Amino acid sequence: MGQKVLLKGNEAMAEAAVQAGCRFFAGYPITPQNEVPEYLSWRLPQAGGVFVQAESEVAAINMVFGAAAGGARCMTSSSSPGISLKQEGISYIAAAELPCVIANMQRGGPGLGNIRASQGDYFQAVKGGGHGDYRLIVLGPAYVQELYDLTMHAFDWADLYRNPVMILGDGILGQIAEPLDIRPYRPIAELPAKDFALTGCAGRASRVVKTLILQPADGLVHHNEYLQQKYRRIEEELSLYEEYETEDAEILIAAYGMSGRIAKGAVRRARQKGIKAGLIRPITLWPFPKEPFRRAAERVSRILVVEMSSGQFVEDVQLASECRVPVEFFGKGGGWYPLDTEILEIVESMQANPSVWATRKD
Amino acid sequence: MSKNNVDIHFDAHRCKGCGLCVIFCPCGNIRMSDALNEQGHPYAELIDADRCTGCGLCFRMCPDTAIEIRSNKTAKR
Amino acid sequence: MATFTRPRTLKETITHYCPGCGHGIVHRLLAEVIDELGIREKTIGTAPVGCAVMMYDYIDCDMIECAHGRAPAAATGLKRVHPDKIVFTYQGDGDLAAIGTAETIHTANRGENITVIFINNVIYGMTGGQMAPTTMLGQRTTTTPEGRGMHGEGGPIHVCELLRSLEGVCYLERTAVSSPSDVLATRRAIRKAFECQIAGKGFSLVEVLSMCPTDWKLSPDKAVKFVNHEMKTVFPVGVYKDK
Repeated sequence: MGQKVLLKGNEAMAEAAVQAGCRFFAGYPITPQNEVPEYLSWRLPQAGGVFVQAESEVAAINMVFGAAAGGARCMTSSSSPGISLKQEGISYIAAAELPCVIANMQRGGPGLGNIRASQGDYFQAVKGGGHGDYRLIVLGPAYVQELYDLTMHAFDWADLYRNPVMILGDGILGQIAEPLDIRPYRPIAELPAKDFALTGCAGRASRVVKTLILQPADGLVHHNEYLQQKYRRIEEELSLYEEYETEDAEILIAAYGMSGRIAKGAVRRARQKGIKAGLIRPITLWPFPKEPFRRAAERVSRILVVEMSSGQFVEDVQLASECRVPVEFFGKGGGWYPLDTEILEIVESMQANPSVWATRKD
Repeated sequence: MSKNNVDIHFDAHRCKGCGLCVIFCPCGNIRMSDALNEQGHPYAELIDADRCTGCGLCFRMCPDTAIEIRSNKTAKR
Repeated sequence: MATFTRPRTLKETITHYCPGCGHGIVHRLLAEVIDELGIREKTIGTAPVGCAVMMYDYIDCDMIECAHGRAPAAATGLKRVHPDKIVFTYQGDGDLAAIGTAETIHTANRGENITVIFINNVIYGMTGGQMAPTTMLGQRTTTTPEGRGMHGEGGPIHVCELLRSLEGVCYLERTAVSSPSDVLATRRAIRKAFECQIAGKGFSLVEVLSMCPTDWKLSPDKAVKFVNHEMKTVFPVGVYKDK
């Protein structure tokens, strides 16, 4: 057991990065993630690292591109509009297979939107976001402790798979303060040597980090095939989720991140009322944990997806449950969040009027 | 080695025929070939090896490192 | 024994550059300076987007290929995690003074201890001759068929003059590669810029006026005259800052 402190999610994530050996951070201020650069501006130098306040999110992600190519553990963070600006750099980093961590403390969109919490960047995070066929490993923590722990793992997975990892949080998770166990960093696996790192070519042949593949004519096709093989391997090896009261559940709620946390409260209330509700809360959003949904679809009568967006995550739930059971949706975009009592009402009405709810998805 | 102790080598294979060496040769001692190299470019060739002073201006202007010079003269690069 | 031979840092690979293009000359000068300073094994370069995107096929040191205009940001990341290494960017006018203007100015302003080799050929080469931020007034390009105009397109950006006022900048020089003496001046400037970095003085930049015969639709001999008689009038060569 380490030291117990009260920290905001943003600060906890920043501290976890430092503990995990992150020694370079570049970012640009944007609400609601400002505590990350503010914390790291003093904490990283203290740990012998470098903090740079960049001139833009575009510059920040490209600084991370450079630092990652240099072999350093590195990170950037932002919130929705800023993450859109980073997409160019993220595509290059994924193409060059450089390890780094990118945090998105989502806010309401589209456009400048607002600064309330949202889950409207799900598609952008898990389906690619930038140009070309690539994937990020995407993590959706719901608690400050989980955010802290996953941030440490994020650096390991980035190194292990030579792939950028995105922490997909939201404004609530970034701002909420919770007691935190400052656990020391322990690598989750033996990590590969960074034989790609640009460190000057003393005693070895010179190295190139690049993403342009013109020759041979099918070189880029082969590179894509190779990347896809890597992504399949990650899909096989990485799947994290929380199952709560699913064993005998008739109504299954699917939700991730902050809405998953709220939904858990609704399941607890439903159980108190004798309704057999359960929850699957994916923690890895890419790879999407398909297996628990496939299994659940064989047992439950209906699935309710709760999401702080107009409906993105719901599509992955439908795919994972192979449309074997009706999938209902409760969500709104624009910086809205559900109350557990609202979710409970819907669960109760689903229980009482199965046919009504079953047709609502049309 | 030439009369001036200059060993100058024009690599027809590397040359793209831009002619910058021809323009800047102070002795007017470089010309373009009539023939083409495998890339389809005419290539620079020395007219008279004994007239070359090894000054290196052609080397400096050559974008393709198609000219190399070794001489006993002391020229500044 | 005076020798004029290919420097160690310049690979033997024949470049993809057009006949009479200035990139080949600047690549050789860069390689000569790296050899002369004995820094090849501690140098990390960044390649731009543009004609020089594949310069890592020609320069034999660690290199990273950056997104268009972002080389100064990537170089910042590299230099900050490897302060003991020598980091340079090599960028064209579109890369440095259009899409990457913000990165250029702020990297200079932070006084990042890196060296920038800036190739100004007043045109977009790789994409086929469109207007560059440095295209001169009246100059015809594929996107300014009537010549660049002050109203609508604006005038050419003078990078050395623009950066001169920034505190973090330690060395700025504009040179050319359109004659043997210009080539020698460029070589001296590149060396000076690297020496500034080695001494830890901050941001150094050498702007090289360079030929693009293909997109100027000029023969290589007319292209050097274009640099000497027209470009140098608009972009005077010389040292713009040395502190």
